[in-house]
Amino acid sequence: MATRRVVVHYPRHLIEAPLVSQMVRRYDLEFNILRATITPRSEGVIVLGLEGEEGSIRDALSWAGAQGLEVQPLERDVVRDEKRCTQCGACVTMCPTGALSRDIGTQEVGFSAGDCVACELCVSACPPRAMRVAL
Amino acid sequence: MAKTIREINEKIAAGDVVVVTAEEMIDIVEEEGATKAAAHVDVVTTGTFGPMCSSGALINVGHATPRMKIQKAWLNEVPAYAGLAAVDIYIGATEMAEGDPLNRDYPGEFAYGGGHVIEELIAGKDVRLRAVAYGTDCYPRQHLDTWINIADLNECVLSNPRNAYQNYNVAVNLDPERDIYTYMGVLKADLGSANYCSAGQLSPLLNDPTYRTIGIGTRIFLGGAAGYVFWQGTQHNPTVARTDKQIPKAGAGTLSVVGDMKQMSSEWIVGVSMYGYGASLQVGLGAAIPVLDEEMARFTAIKDEEIVAPVVDYSRGYPYGEGGPLGHVSYRELKNGKIAVQGKEVPTGSLSSYPKAKEITEILKDWIKTGHFLLSEPVQPLPSVDSGLTFKPLPEREVEEEV
Repeated sequence: MATRRVVVHYPRHLIEAPLVSQMVRRYDLEFNILRATITPRSEGVIVLGLEGEEGSIRDALSWAGAQGLEVQPLERDVVRDEKRCTQCGACVTMCPTGALSRDIGTQEVGFSAGDCVACELCVSACPPRAMRVAL
Repeated sequence: MAKTIREINEKIAAGDVVVVTAEEMIDIVEEEGATKAAAHVDVVTTGTFGPMCSSGALINVGHATPRMKIQKAWLNEVPAYAGLAAVDIYIGATEMAEGDPLNRDYPGEFAYGGGHVIEELIAGKDVRLRAVAYGTDCYPRQHLDTWINIADLNECVLSNPRNAYQNYNVAVNLDPERDIYTYMGVLKADLGSANYCSAGQLSPLLNDPTYRTIGIGTRIFLGGAAGYVFWQGTQHNPTVARTDKQIPKAGAGTLSVVGDMKQMSSEWIVGVSMYGYGASLQVGLGAAIPVLDEEMARFTAIKDEEIVAPVVDYSRGYPYGEGGPLGHVSYRELKNGKIAVQGKEVPTGSLSSYPKAKEITEILKDWIKTGHFLLSEPVQPLPSVDSGLTFKPLPEREVEEEV
């Protein structure tokens, strides 16, 4: 079994189509909605956690693309500006998933984008404002 | 056998000084004992990197034509203090830009303040200077709106009244429901998180706990360049309770420091926004401590396990002075990521960057090894344990309005 976190952009004309539901049934995937919003331009954004066979996830995402959804890995939308980060550790108690964590030995603060759910709690809690979330 | 600072400087000049970082000194003293370590280690380098709110820049912008006695000034719309002569201004790290919503939209973002202006000046960016004045015969000009750059300024001096706190509170939040937004970061409700702010075993004043070698005139690492201690820091409080190794069990000594911003790097001076609180400045600061004798060897071998900090509630305890510390925890526990407070396991976060502090100790070691940084004899010691100096609260007195 594989897991993948993706950001799905719904263009305005597809916003009422149950495409995510069709996708998970068609490719036999487990899914978890981590976030869902509709932007002022009436475009929908859903952050999805998917679980299933590696091949099924891949096929599901290309099917979604063919239906007109824009799908991309979450890692691309959550970025730590490494030049801006001063490795202080003010973020680690804010992060609910442990994506931001501190190494006990070196005290370095690591960011594992794969564990991030884009909750954005770190963004304002970071004193030098090194975290960028652009869904 | 005791050494003098002069002898150590001769060794630095000759290129045969033995210099180690405060982290390395722990192992050396553990393996060899303090007597042997004192005999062959000459200097121990220390460092700290964290938000230090009591910081600011003193700037002389030069005279325009016609001349102007600047009465009010703004740098990138952040007010600077201009009540000094004609073209000297001081910008403090926590001053906010005009028009910032502050905490009206709580918790405020505090996106841009004096700390950010200071960082941008050091980075060599152009900064907008706007000024007004009432005009005099000798200084007739009343308005100024221009760009300045650090390269063109006569003086641009980081001048920080209180840095390098010797130990500090561990902040927690006892409010059962409400997260709070403090200068110690975001603190989750119901003991949901604890934030601390010290480099612990690397911190300058924790390696010279009784201020034997760090005093007025001491040359230090400040913001990536050489700087100096010019006074005890404001709120210097040397007489707090101490452990048997002379380590203060709460915030104690502090330093006033000064340095040339033209030599500094924005890698070590970073403007920051404390969510719901305000702007501040992360400052990198380090001291090179001469191992004059066995006592200094023992002092510089201090380790996180032996340094304790008070746990303080920032929902009621700190703001309203209700109740004392909830207990003491060691920096070893804090750095391990969890502490116990009132029987509850509390995850810890830090405002002070240990990796950056460690980098400072390495840079300073390199400067000394290569003969670029000499130690300095303090011109005068800081008030110490026996000085009787304490940090007093403000006694408010009733003010009767005259009719």
